[in-house]
Amino acid sequence: MSATQIQTPRSGKVGAGRVAPKYNRNGSSKGNFEMLAWLFMRLSGVVLVVLIFGHLFVNLMVGGGIHAVDFGFVAGKWADPFWQVWDLAMLWLAMLHGSNGVRTIINDYAERDATRLWLKIVLYAAAAAIVILGTLVIFTFNPCPVVDGVQLPGGFCPAP
Amino acid sequence: MWSWVGHRVTGVVIFFFLLVHVLDTSLVRVSPEAYNAVIGSYKNPLMALGETGLVAAIVFHAFNGLRIIAVDFWKKGAKYQRQMLWTVLALWVIVMVGFSIRHLSLALGGH
Repeated sequence: MSATQIQTPRSGKVGAGRVAPKYNRNGSSKGNFEMLAWLFMRLSGVVLVVLIFGHLFVNLMVGGGIHAVDFGFVAGKWADPFWQVWDLAMLWLAMLHGSNGVRTIINDYAERDATRLWLKIVLYAAAAAIVILGTLVIFTFNPCPVVDGVQLPGGFCPAP
Repeated sequence: MWSWVGHRVTGVVIFFFLLVHVLDTSLVRVSPEAYNAVIGSYKNPLMALGETGLVAAIVFHAFNGLRIIAVDFWKKGAKYQRQMLWTVLALWVIVMVGFSIRHLSLALGGH
């Protein structure tokens, strides 16, 4: 029979802030990051319910639903700053919320230090790439793309 | 405990879909044809079922997430957590029946 070993929490260094230093197994402090992350999950969660339910309702439930989704549909939405801001907020909040959730799961299930380190490096790199890509796409979108003076087929162009 | 498992599983599923969803939407920046080709390839009965499953995961995660917030911040949250779980499941069934009827009739029906 092996004795149960209680490990130090993997989510950063706990014990900072409101916990007396004598209960802090790691000695040093890392601020209130974990508490702020916990709070962020709840605040962003409430906002995401509104943003994503609205996104699904407008894109899938009204009008032609999924059949209506094509390049022209996206162009029509992003012609309105309201939907640009909506989609930008959804992108950032969902990616931060999702990345923090996956970070928690990595901390819980990956037991080796090196495994956790590399999984989180991959996670942060992927999340940063997706957030930057999505942000650039929303702000540099061109409804009427022209390559070498020729309009690309399928574009959302006003009649010449 | 099972609501906790469900919350984790649906969260991971939604996260990986989100990565793919940003990538496919980014094709609008490549060309209208590229975007329409990929979105067009999604418009088949199998993907319609997949979309319904994805929305089922999102709706559960959303309602159960609001329940977690109530447990954490509402004075009587912990006391009523079980009743709130049944409320989550009931709302989930109602929303999914409505969504499935509308989405599947649009996606599978004639057009």
